[in-house]
Amino acid sequence: MSGTHALIIVIAAIFTNNILLSNFLGMCSFLACSRQLETAVGLGVAVTFVMTCTTVLNYLIYHYVLVPQGIDHLTFIVFIAVIAAFVQFVEMFVERFSPKLYYALGIFLPLITVNCAILGAALFMVIRNYTFLQTAGFGVGAGLGWALAIILMAGLRKKMGYSNIPRPFQGVAITMIVTGVMALAFMGFAGMVSIQ
Amino acid sequence: MSFLLPVVVLTGLFLALAGGLIVAERVLINYGICQIDINAGGRALEVDGGQTLLSALYGEEIFIPSACGGRGACSYCKVTVLSGGGPVLPTETPYLTRKEVRSGARLACQVKVREDIELRIPEELLNVKLFSATVERTISVTHDIKEVRLALLEPEEISHQPGQYAQVRAPSPDGPVFRAYSISSPVYEPRVVELIVRLVPGGIGSTYLHNVQEGDTVTFTGPFGEFRLNEDPQVEIVCVGGGCGMAPMRNIIYSLYERWPERACWLFFGCRTTQDIFYLDEYEQLAREHPNFRVIYALSDPLEPGEQWDGETGFIHLSVDKHLEAGVKRQAFLCGPPPMIEAVTRVLEEKGLRPDDIFYDKF
Repeated sequence: MSGTHALIIVIAAIFTNNILLSNFLGMCSFLACSRQLETAVGLGVAVTFVMTCTTVLNYLIYHYVLVPQGIDHLTFIVFIAVIAAFVQFVEMFVERFSPKLYYALGIFLPLITVNCAILGAALFMVIRNYTFLQTAGFGVGAGLGWALAIILMAGLRKKMGYSNIPRPFQGVAITMIVTGVMALAFMGFAGMVSIQ
Repeated sequence: MSFLLPVVVLTGLFLALAGGLIVAERVLINYGICQIDINAGGRALEVDGGQTLLSALYGEEIFIPSACGGRGACSYCKVTVLSGGGPVLPTETPYLTRKEVRSGARLACQVKVREDIELRIPEELLNVKLFSATVERTISVTHDIKEVRLALLEPEEISHQPGQYAQVRAPSPDGPVFRAYSISSPVYEPRVVELIVRLVPGGIGSTYLHNVQEGDTVTFTGPFGEFRLNEDPQVEIVCVGGGCGMAPMRNIIYSLYERWPERACWLFFGCRTTQDIFYLDEYEQLAREHPNFRVIYALSDPLEPGEQWDGETGFIHLSVDKHLEAGVKRQAFLCGPPPMIEAVTRVLEEKGLRPDDIFYDKF
């Protein structure tokens, strides 16, 4: 584990171990916000940013506060609080300095608080015993992977808008099926690099 | 003492996070004083930036109607923003038509004051006042509906139209919120306001109004609402209510017969069971005094064993369909849950009413 280069982890987190397609984390916002390409891109960027920062932040808190004090059983609650506070902070920051981006992201910023992929990434960082650099790489990679998946799905859903889908499959049902097919396709990357 | 450490560390961490956020809020959310211009120079305000337009206007005693307490759920607080205020937010789009977006309509509770804003507000909203009143009496009219009678203190009189509503201020853990209730007392009693309140489990406004005691002071703003009674005595009035959608009807009917004793009017009221029936005796008395007033209650649930009911049964739109003949000039006022409004609107349009003559309050 400790030997894997951070850059390899970035690639692996995007393709072979895509957090959405191999772990099925962050499905709710994935399904809800993949209808339009622009919102998918906006949310993807926001998730990538928040995921990178919170995983690093949580790494520091975990290794320099929780573990030394022997209270790592509180990991969950601390991670969730850090993520929520960070999203709030980002929201204020973006609102002040880039109203344009703020309006573009709109309600997606607060939605990220409850995106389980972000908590998932922080917990993987703990389970897999990443070093600091590996954590940063994993945060970036997992975020980019999630963004890639939602952007691909938005593109596919745009195409599906023109196709003749049987009624029972319309909406979320076909999206779930397509997500499954996409996950299968991503398994083709499996031999490329390994996160383990 | 091992349990103390996690508590201390956790508290410390959370305090640090909260402190960081508070500092960030102080530093980042500081927009200084912003100018609000209303109706092209009609009124100019200076307010603190960073708050929502709704609360900024409220602070200046301009009472924009709002039933949901600023959560962007009722769309009552529509105003026209001519400049400033940023683009339309995703939280607003469900409530605005394309035409409204083009003309600058926004939900005041969602617009944040970050820069100078030019606004357009209907003149009558500038006349809305803040009233304080004492609770004169409360009566339980059914198991979950209370009639609350308020005697006005300051100002002493309210001038309202039948079908209009007031916004009652109710305390909540996050500060006072406003909830809309139709005024059920007739317009010829300007010194009192009666409300009919059904207890909604967990509801802030209804819990508050169900617990006020005689002599308590209640604050509300009003009157709001666009319903205007047709002044032509030849036009029949049709009132259709369900659940606790009785308040506006009561005001309309009593105000109507005070002014036009011979005018034709129908009241259809849908209840679930015999326990939900209220005011029926009073309306039957009124119907004896005014032969052109017809009152029809319908029960939608099957009767319990041993109960007596000789009125209509089934959903209320079926009774409307059965009793009204087509082709009479009418104006209708509906108040009740959305499925009822939709079903009754369909029936009334089949009977020849124009959509412009059908007013409704959905809740």
